Amino acid sequence: MGDSPILDAVNERKGLLIEYVPHSVALGLVVVDAKPGEAWLRVPYDEKLVGNPATGVIHGGVITTLLDNAAGVAVATALQDMRSIATLDLRIDYMKPATPGRDVIGYCRCYKVTRHVAFVHGSAYHEDPNDPIATTAMTFMLGANEAPPAIGPRAKPKREDGER
Amino acid sequence: MSATSTAPQPAAHEIRAILERIPYCRFLGITAGLDDDGELISVLRFGPQIVGNAMLPAIHGGVIGAFLETAAIVEVMRQAPAVGLAKPVDLTIAYLRSARAVDTFAKAIVTKHGRRVTNVRVEAWQGERARPIATAQGHFLVARDDDAR
Repeated sequence: MGDSPILDAVNERKGLLIEYVPHSVALGLVVVDAKPGEAWLRVPYDEKLVGNPATGVIHGGVITTLLDNAAGVAVATALQDMRSIATLDLRIDYMKPATPGRDVIGYCRCYKVTRHVAFVHGSAYHEDPNDPIATTAMTFMLGANEAPPAIGPRAKPKREDGER
Repeated sequence: MSATSTAPQPAAHEIRAILERIPYCRFLGITAGLDDDGELISVLRFGPQIVGNAMLPAIHGGVIGAFLETAAIVEVMRQAPAVGLAKPVDLTIAYLRSARAVDTFAKAIVTKHGRRVTNVRVEAWQGERARPIATAQGHFLVARDDDAR
């Protein structure tokens, strides 16, 4: 994958792709690093993310959200132009619970982009990528929410319910 | 009704009380209620903290995933209270439509309740139940801690 103006912009300002995402801000997500088609994000441990009050382990949904966001950044930095990126399918496998009190890193790699779809693999871990908390495989629709031309041969009636 | 269940099924208000004690469910706004047929459904109350795309606006896909996972755990707990909060093993989520800035509902079905692992299917919708915004299928560990994974 060649140089991406989006990657340059992300490296210039690491929070670029997540600071306008209200839920990512609420979670305290941080972009740690980005390369062409690759991204590392961190979610800081917080009491409000606990899914099991008896153990203090964070909810699996936090890992899902972290990886979904990391994948979004990985896909964006794999593209030459900014396009809308919508999650189509997300599979997550949980290997072990996250350790209470510790931050989690989400790493994603966009390994293929076609005209309509981007393909991503990823994992979540504390420090050692070889000791994952979870792994993921995802697909994304590109340009799903872009408005079709209002007039001309490609004109379509406006969709009202966010059809992919 | 599960064969492993000995305790009576918890009522909706008991499920709600359990969700209320889970910090992450409070943070997202996940609760439970009964639909018109008296079936237990999970509810994701809309709030500004769950927005993923402020332009549309739409709920964050990760939050929808978290909600579907929770709805599955709730249904396992309802059918087999002794299990408590079942641990997710894997979950596959299909995103069908963008989730608008309104309340979201989910119904889970336990497809197979095994001795160690349970298979659950979940469907989430907003205005119209027949037009789901996302579906999920996954496996959850229901073996007690003294059993080996």
